Amino acid sequence: MNFDLTQYNKIFENKVRLQIMSVLMANDEYDFNSLKSILDVTDGNLASNLKTLEKENYIEVFKTFVDRKPNTRYRRTIEGEKAFEEHLKALEKLIKQQYK
Amino acid sequence: MHNSFLFIYFEKQSTFMKQEDLVKEIASIRNLMEKSSKFISISGISSVLIGTYALLGAAYAYYEIYGFDSQMGYRDHYVNEPVIIVKLLVTAMLVLFASIFTGVYMAIKKAKSNRQSIWNTTSRSLLYAMAVPLCTGGLFALISISKENYTAVASILLIFYGLALTAGSNYTFNEIKGLGILEIVLGLLALLFPGNGIIFWALGFGVLHIIYGIIVHKKYE
Repeated sequence: MNFDLTQYNKIFENKVRLQIMSVLMANDEYDFNSLKSILDVTDGNLASNLKTLEKENYIEVFKTFVDRKPNTRYRRTIEGEKAFEEHLKALEKLIKQQYK
Repeated sequence: MHNSFLFIYFEKQSTFMKQEDLVKEIASIRNLMEKSSKFISISGISSVLIGTYALLGAAYAYYEIYGFDSQMGYRDHYVNEPVIIVKLLVTAMLVLFASIFTGVYMAIKKAKSNRQSIWNTTSRSLLYAMAVPLCTGGLFALISISKENYTAVASILLIFYGLALTAGSNYTFNEIKGLGILEIVLGLLALLFPGNGIIFWALGFGVLHIIYGIIVHKKYE
């Protein structure tokens, strides 16, 4: 079978990263703790995957303090938005090809 | 021959599996986008209770104004008597606080069983979206009362509450938008038929809450 994998994004092969990006697509902004509880993952796992997305320039990080506790919020970048949409298109194509 | 047949069989099997995984993946993305942007811990039962409080409050207010065994159209009192105003205000406040307490308490309980946190990005957005019309409406009503302008109070409360619901509906169940619009319609009708404020108030805050509570409960709980 020859799948067209040019659009399939390796970064989103990781489930947590794909989920983070899904949440940030549906919301303009999301904070670390809310992400952690909705994805039901550990601090370390979440932090390392957020770091990867940040390095790819798919998300932006905003750090503030609320009552002296760090409050870190994340937003998608235009680049991240494009990458996610293309990845979804690739998934869609894969499904269509398999139906043939 | 036999081998190649087996090979085709497994090939088919594996693509089938993959297909299912892909569909699942897309479904999980959709689900997460929905779950992360909507606050779904509002309890339908709390809405039924809140509607009941409103009906009890309205019944008490009706009794205060019209008396117990009133003839059609005969009033014992008018709303502009100071004692009546204080009694009605206290009743309204009691209903309001009991409603807020019930709504928040049952949302916390439901959030716990959903394993959703009660104070997150979505509940904050929901609260901020509703706060502006709610506070405006509340102040509008209080100022009207202080200026002894009572005719529009029921309309104001219904209309601004309806606006708050439609504003908040983006962050929770879609049905809330319909409820908001119906509240606004009742508010406008109350303005059109002055003197019947309490009936529209009981319909809007009582009956509609009970009906919508049952719908949400049946559909989501």
